[in-house]
Amino acid sequence: MIMMMILSRYFNSRTARRFVSTCSGHGWWDKVRVAPKDPTVKVNESFLADPFPHKINLGVGTYRDDDGKPFTPQCVGDAEAKINRYKLEETNSSEVSSKFVMESVKLAYGNDSFVVREGLYAGVPTLSGTGACRLFAEFQRNFYPDSQIHLPDPTWPNHHNIWSQAQIPVKTFHYYDPYTKGLDFDALISDVKNAPDSSFFLLHPCAHNPTGIDPTEEQWREISYQFKVKNHFPFFDMAYQGFSSGDLDKDAAALRIFVEDGHLVGLAQSFAKNMGLFGHKVGCLSVLTRDIKQAAAVKSQLEHIFHSMYSSPPIHGILLVTMILSDPTMKEQWKKEIKIMANRIRAMRTTLRRNLEDLDSSFSWEHITNQVGMFCFSGLTPDQVKYLEKQFHIYMSPDARISMAGVTPSNVNYLANAIHQVTRISEETSVCM
Amino acid sequence: MASSSVLSVAAQCVSRNASSLSINETHKGKAKLGGSTLRFSKSSGRISMTVAVNVSRFEGIPMAPPDPILGVSEAFRADTSDAKLNLGVGAYRTEELQPYVLNVVKKAENLMLERGDNKEYLPIEGLAAFNKATAELLLGADNPAIKEQRVATVQGLSGTGSLRLGAALIERYFPGAKVLISAPTWGVVPWSEYRYYDPRTVGLDFEGMIEDIKAAPEGTFVLLHGCAHNPTGIDPTLEQWEKIADVIQQKNHIPFFDVAYQGFASGSLDEDAASVRLFVARGMEVLVAQSYSKNLGLYAERIGAMNVISSSSESATRVKSQLKRLARPMYSNPPVHGAKIVANVVGTPALFDEWKAEMEMMAGRIKNVRQKLYDSISSKDKSGKDWSFILKQIGMFSYTGLNKNQSDNMTNKWHVYMTKDGRISLAGLSLAKCEYLADAIIDSFHNVS
Repeated sequence: MIMMMILSRYFNSRTARRFVSTCSGHGWWDKVRVAPKDPTVKVNESFLADPFPHKINLGVGTYRDDDGKPFTPQCVGDAEAKINRYKLEETNSSEVSSKFVMESVKLAYGNDSFVVREGLYAGVPTLSGTGACRLFAEFQRNFYPDSQIHLPDPTWPNHHNIWSQAQIPVKTFHYYDPYTKGLDFDALISDVKNAPDSSFFLLHPCAHNPTGIDPTEEQWREISYQFKVKNHFPFFDMAYQGFSSGDLDKDAAALRIFVEDGHLVGLAQSFAKNMGLFGHKVGCLSVLTRDIKQAAAVKSQLEHIFHSMYSSPPIHGILLVTMILSDPTMKEQWKKEIKIMANRIRAMRTTLRRNLEDLDSSFSWEHITNQVGMFCFSGLTPDQVKYLEKQFHIYMSPDARISMAGVTPSNVNYLANAIHQVTRISEETSVCM
Repeated sequence: MASSSVLSVAAQCVSRNASSLSINETHKGKAKLGGSTLRFSKSSGRISMTVAVNVSRFEGIPMAPPDPILGVSEAFRADTSDAKLNLGVGAYRTEELQPYVLNVVKKAENLMLERGDNKEYLPIEGLAAFNKATAELLLGADNPAIKEQRVATVQGLSGTGSLRLGAALIERYFPGAKVLISAPTWGVVPWSEYRYYDPRTVGLDFEGMIEDIKAAPEGTFVLLHGCAHNPTGIDPTLEQWEKIADVIQQKNHIPFFDVAYQGFASGSLDEDAASVRLFVARGMEVLVAQSYSKNLGLYAERIGAMNVISSSSESATRVKSQLKRLARPMYSNPPVHGAKIVANVVGTPALFDEWKAEMEMMAGRIKNVRQKLYDSISSKDKSGKDWSFILKQIGMFSYTGLNKNQSDNMTNKWHVYMTKDGRISLAGLSLAKCEYLADAIIDSFHNVS
């Protein structure tokens, strides 16, 4: 009480205000709680803090080479050396951006794609895949404030945050079947049919994250057809073009089926994984339109939104991608390197599965090689995931998603053994997988 | 209206299970697709689908209003006159009116290239070395707030991106709080304004500013420009800053600084941070958005930071975690390139010294240009009008006091491109063009109403 009186007298003199920092001043941020840690970050931090020499990080989906090291494709290194930004005038930033967008949409929709040739798209560079999704979500909110987004169950967790932050309610649709460890196609189609007409859906066109399970071509055609019937809006998040099959065109097949069928899709593209440009935040958002006038209008609205978020996207990554995609030699080099990356991951899948089978595991591990892309949805239980961490110093997402990029020839045996141990123990204690 | 394109698609009629009865079903009728129809014809085992492209979900979306500042540059580019002068956007130009890449930036990039730095994701809060360097640059390395770990710094996408993070934080934790900005200010935010610019003196309306800040409801966020006010170039004196801090404390407001020109106002990085440091020294909790676009010429790299200086380190930790949580669904983590450049420049003593010298050079060029412009106008204009505000204003911009019509005259008659509020960017002016500009200003001021 006396302390308060003394303090209040102090508040009336200017010199005394200098001492506010040592008194308990009004804390503006008292009501701010600690935010929950991002799950991927948490896994990464635990891994880094672990002193065990043979620890394995299967958490975050960044590509690693056979030695477990970060890998920058040669074509990117070449592009870095070549970039002479010193000749770049700021006025050319928008020209570079336009070129970047053009090359990106060609990559996604096909060089000879009708929509590309006729300019029937609104395209802007974005802050990688996340930025593209968020930009679209904000755009969706502006023009369809009462709409929702339908996300596959499961999906990359940040999808939920992105649309929620844009204040669009989230619904999920069936995707993963835990019994078959494959696609629950019937339930998926059912959900598509039962959703209100003209709903917004998010689809992974290839290398689904986290399951690695992609629909077949037939299944995609059926989904596209049902979308037509219901007049749904298909939004594709393509973060792994090239990582599924090793072939850029094959991996874009689903997207192109929808475009052929006449859907005016939305597409988020990321160059983080397939060009190893993670930290540069390079992506592209495109929305197909009926004519070029509409394309200009939509583009202007997208620009308006991101202007107020960050004015313009960072130029360095855009320059790298543009250079690589528009230089035929570099582009060929890149295609080769993608194949190498995709093949390495596939080889690790094969090896891991074989090792487990050789250990006489009584479980089926064929899902390891059935699934595609960077991730393996292992099907392990949360307890098993914890056990792997505590006993074997193997780190993965809480949903038992394994980043195959973190598996190398030198750790795959250890990994197989650990998984075998953990599942065998569970079997012995009658815990169902 | 736009023509609709009709595409033919041949779909293989493969063995279908019961769940795909849909295609068979439609043989009974036509499926309606939001304005277009789907027709089927079957021939030799193949079903071909002739489908009109759907009516776009985004039909009828209008063109967004053009950005006023960027629009100026576009108009300038389209102008074919030899005499044209771009005083629109606030990007530094050399005397030859070329963009300028700082030597320290080139050196830093070469270092990075030689080292072969990897391109891994940054943490959500950005590059640690960058965050540390940035907070120290703003507050001084030995600032008690830093020593006491009361500063939460998160790398952001330059000034705009950092402001946006700050705005999102306010929106989440202080929904309905008022935000007060100077009239005029940069940008298109529709918030309440406090008086700032006095057209009679072409200077600061200090009384009006204090009155308006006082009148705002308690707990208002007050946006302040740390130095080199954009667009006016008019900064309060240190004495005036003290009084501003007084009234903000009295009303329990929270100050939110936008520091986009540290080093550009006076040429000294420390001097230009005086206003922010004054507030922090009083123990006030402060938000600060920083940008390296101008002072390191890193416009296109989008590098800046959001700082929250709070009353305790525990509070700073919590706030930082929430800033991260807001950033994750915006872009996951910030871009690496600009952050590494800054970290290298600020973190390498030799480069840091070189930067300070280049900074002084850039600010010096602008001061020279101001002087020359003032000298040219004063000697040509016999009306007795006081043009000394050109010298009193500071930083990249000058508020000429020209109204919209007069500004239009500048462009239409003299091919001088500027914003309609009468702002000229001195960064785009060369000594060689000062005489010409003087003529244009005098003509517009006296002969156009």
